[in-house]
Amino acid sequence: MKLGVLYSGGKDSSLALHIAAAHETVACLVTVVSKNKESYMFHTPNIDLTGLQAEALKLPLVKKLTEGKKETELKDLELAIIDAMNLFGIEGLVTGAVESVYQSTRIQSICHRLDIWCLNPLWKKNQRNLLETLIEKRFKAIISGVFAYPLDESWLGKEINADLITRLIKLEKEFGISPSGEGGEIETTVLDAPLFKKRIEILETSIEAKGNSGVYNVTKARLVPK
Amino acid sequence: MNSKKDSLGFYEFVLPIISVVETLDSFVVRHYTEVNANEAEASDSIILSGTPLKDNATLNQTDKFGWMKNCSKPILGICAGMQTIGLIFGSKLTKCLGMGMTKVSTIVENPLFSSTFQAYSLHNYSVVPSVEFEVIAESNQCSQAIKHRQRNIYGILFHPEVRNHEILQRFVYTISKHRRV
Repeated sequence: MKLGVLYSGGKDSSLALHIAAAHETVACLVTVVSKNKESYMFHTPNIDLTGLQAEALKLPLVKKLTEGKKETELKDLELAIIDAMNLFGIEGLVTGAVESVYQSTRIQSICHRLDIWCLNPLWKKNQRNLLETLIEKRFKAIISGVFAYPLDESWLGKEINADLITRLIKLEKEFGISPSGEGGEIETTVLDAPLFKKRIEILETSIEAKGNSGVYNVTKARLVPK
Repeated sequence: MNSKKDSLGFYEFVLPIISVVETLDSFVVRHYTEVNANEAEASDSIILSGTPLKDNATLNQTDKFGWMKNCSKPILGICAGMQTIGLIFGSKLTKCLGMGMTKVSTIVENPLFSSTFQAYSLHNYSVVPSVEFEVIAESNQCSQAIKHRQRNIYGILFHPEVRNHEILQRFVYTISKHRRV
């Protein structure tokens, strides 16, 4: 079966892609870029890096810009999926949904309307286990956004490794933070993964941070041999 | 219950059930094409998982579930599992699309759940039960759970592995009397 992967460039959609590619043919990535920073569905730091990530994966990218208004952004996602169906013949969409019934139900609904499969290989996956799988499979993912107390600027740009997971689990116990950022506490950016033919090297960054909210923008990057 | 053995649906519909019941002292996972009457009878109980919305393969392969007719062990079918149980025992399927959180009302007292609660739905069809079964829960759209009138065979249309884990735990620890590790 030919599949498209709803891809933000973060750890969840990257791991979902990894699992999907082990079972089926991934024909393209689908990315929706939202202008609205408050979007529940699509806002992700470094979403513009998906072009370079797609190049590293040697997969075509179907990219759609949306104003990010609550209902039209779903229509824009649907249009992006239709493009992927027309251009690459996808018969199903893979998402990195883990916990959010809000997000997964909306995507299920679109796929049902378009009569394609909707597949969520990370659904209900234990969050610690999800983070550990990234390390085990040798993903290189960094924290590119923090949005909850007591996280702050000092976490930005840090690579997800065993030490960082231990610190996140500690915060879960103390402050109820979801260690994999399921409540929107953390956003991540993947710089290397098993399916990447080349890895991403960061050349320039900028940080926007205030209190317990901050974003690590990769403003210049390139692909280099692994 | 996924159409292919090597299916992505395994991650979404089987692994979450395992994570809820992983404190069992032992369990095995079998593709539905591999289950036979002897193995089913040797189990303490059997759970039939759901499938992706597009995967209705089991509904056209009821011959693979002949073991269910005479199996004496408790059986729980979730979503496509409930639909399959329905077909095995002569019930009819009825179109009923459900996606997302659904209000479920208990209409017959039972050991798995009570009163009214919110549940996660992902289904195309519900079951209009044959005389051997009774509806034990419903939504404002369709039947949400059925039970065999004499045997410990349950069908649940919603997904207790997503919300309402205690229903799965009651099935394995109370009805089936499994031991925890």
